[in-house]
Amino acid sequence: MKKLAPKINVTLKVWRQKNPDDPGHFEMIPASNISTHMSFLELLDTVNEQLTQEGKDPIAFDNDCREGICGMCGAVINGRAHGPEKATTLCQLHMRKFGDGETIAIEPFRARAFKIIKDLAVDRSPFDQIIQAGGYISVNTGGAPDANAIPIPQDVAEKSMDAAACIGCGACVAACPSASAMLFVSGKISQLALLPQGKPEAAKRALSMVRAMDACGFGNCSNHRECEASCPKELSIVNIARLNREFFKASFFSAEK
Amino acid sequence: MNWLMSTLGSSIGKKLMMALTGLGFIGFLTAHLAGNLTLYGGSEAFNAYAEKLHTLGPLLTLMELGLIAFAITHISTGILLFIQNRNARPVRYARDERAGGRTWSSVTMPYTGFIILVFVVFHLLNFSFVDKTNTTIFEIVSSAFARPLYVAVYVSVMIVVALHARHGFWSALQTLGANHPKYMPTLMVLSLVFSLMVGLGFGLLPIYIALRV
Repeated sequence: MKKLAPKINVTLKVWRQKNPDDPGHFEMIPASNISTHMSFLELLDTVNEQLTQEGKDPIAFDNDCREGICGMCGAVINGRAHGPEKATTLCQLHMRKFGDGETIAIEPFRARAFKIIKDLAVDRSPFDQIIQAGGYISVNTGGAPDANAIPIPQDVAEKSMDAAACIGCGACVAACPSASAMLFVSGKISQLALLPQGKPEAAKRALSMVRAMDACGFGNCSNHRECEASCPKELSIVNIARLNREFFKASFFSAEK
Repeated sequence: MNWLMSTLGSSIGKKLMMALTGLGFIGFLTAHLAGNLTLYGGSEAFNAYAEKLHTLGPLLTLMELGLIAFAITHISTGILLFIQNRNARPVRYARDERAGGRTWSSVTMPYTGFIILVFVVFHLLNFSFVDKTNTTIFEIVSSAFARPLYVAVYVSVMIVVALHARHGFWSALQTLGANHPKYMPTLMVLSLVFSLMVGLGFGLLPIYIALRV
């Protein structure tokens, strides 16, 4: 017979906020008999079922794919964006990482640019505004271009792919002591700036995306490197250095204004 | 010139100004330390160095004006960044743990910067804006460090300067875009070496003078 997963009892110290204007508060919610095989989101599901049965408001939280690739979930668990495990989204964090009797602090991603919609659900649409400002390339419609018409060295393609691993979850902003969005923007700039297809609009892109980022009210990068340490896709701050170079190139050496 | 203002006014532009002025101060600290090392050579060597420095005349004044301009830029931009970064997260985390990035040096930058500013004023009042007609700079320095309080203040502030430079040096290079997996590890070590050099180089001088007197 299969051995059952050990069960633990934990207490959630979870942020509750009715709406964006509510000041919000912490609520202590006990969760007993939690299987250590559960993911963190399954813990929240279980607690929400319990809350619903008690006639209470369930905890609102963002989630979608639950396999670590969509970038929808995320919360600050015990002071760490996506929790204590490295290179892991919240949905891939398991309860075996927590001890029996532990009190777990759960807070939403906090930043002025990220409005809290309810409880742990956060509006990350400023990221969309940044992408709309220039996180794309312009391609004429028509027949599909030949896949290998433009030769790209393997190492360059790899670097671009590493930057493109960003799932836009917002953990970089949440973890940054200055609530800066530089790692996100640097990933989106780098994935295009490295490739020939991204070059024609590189200067315009760098200027527009940085301006959009500033307009959203994110903080200024202070090179603390908390973003890199918290990123579930392990984006490197090498990308931030590249973003800075792209921005300086565009500002001082291009005709773009 | 509109483009220049919008470049410098952007988040990356402000970091650029911090980086360039910061690197300027790193250059200044290196020159200042090199000069101060003449203190180990005794009264004559140090006084000769001071005299030589002043023979530079207008060039010295120009460099001083440059330092003042750098200081004004570094301080005003720093204050602006500090306020903006605080405002960027109006509700703080109840629990905030280090994920492995920030260091003692990086999180204290605004505060160590402020201490350094206060110290610079104190330092200039001690050794620069003093009546030097009937005395030599070496005598002024010796009598200052004969007081244990001065030694304590100078030594502890040098630790603060080392902390500030520890993050400042590599951070300035990162802001300028000089980060590459090939040489960044070396730059990080260089940053540590520089901060130790500044901390020990300047920090041991008051102790040496105090024990010598």
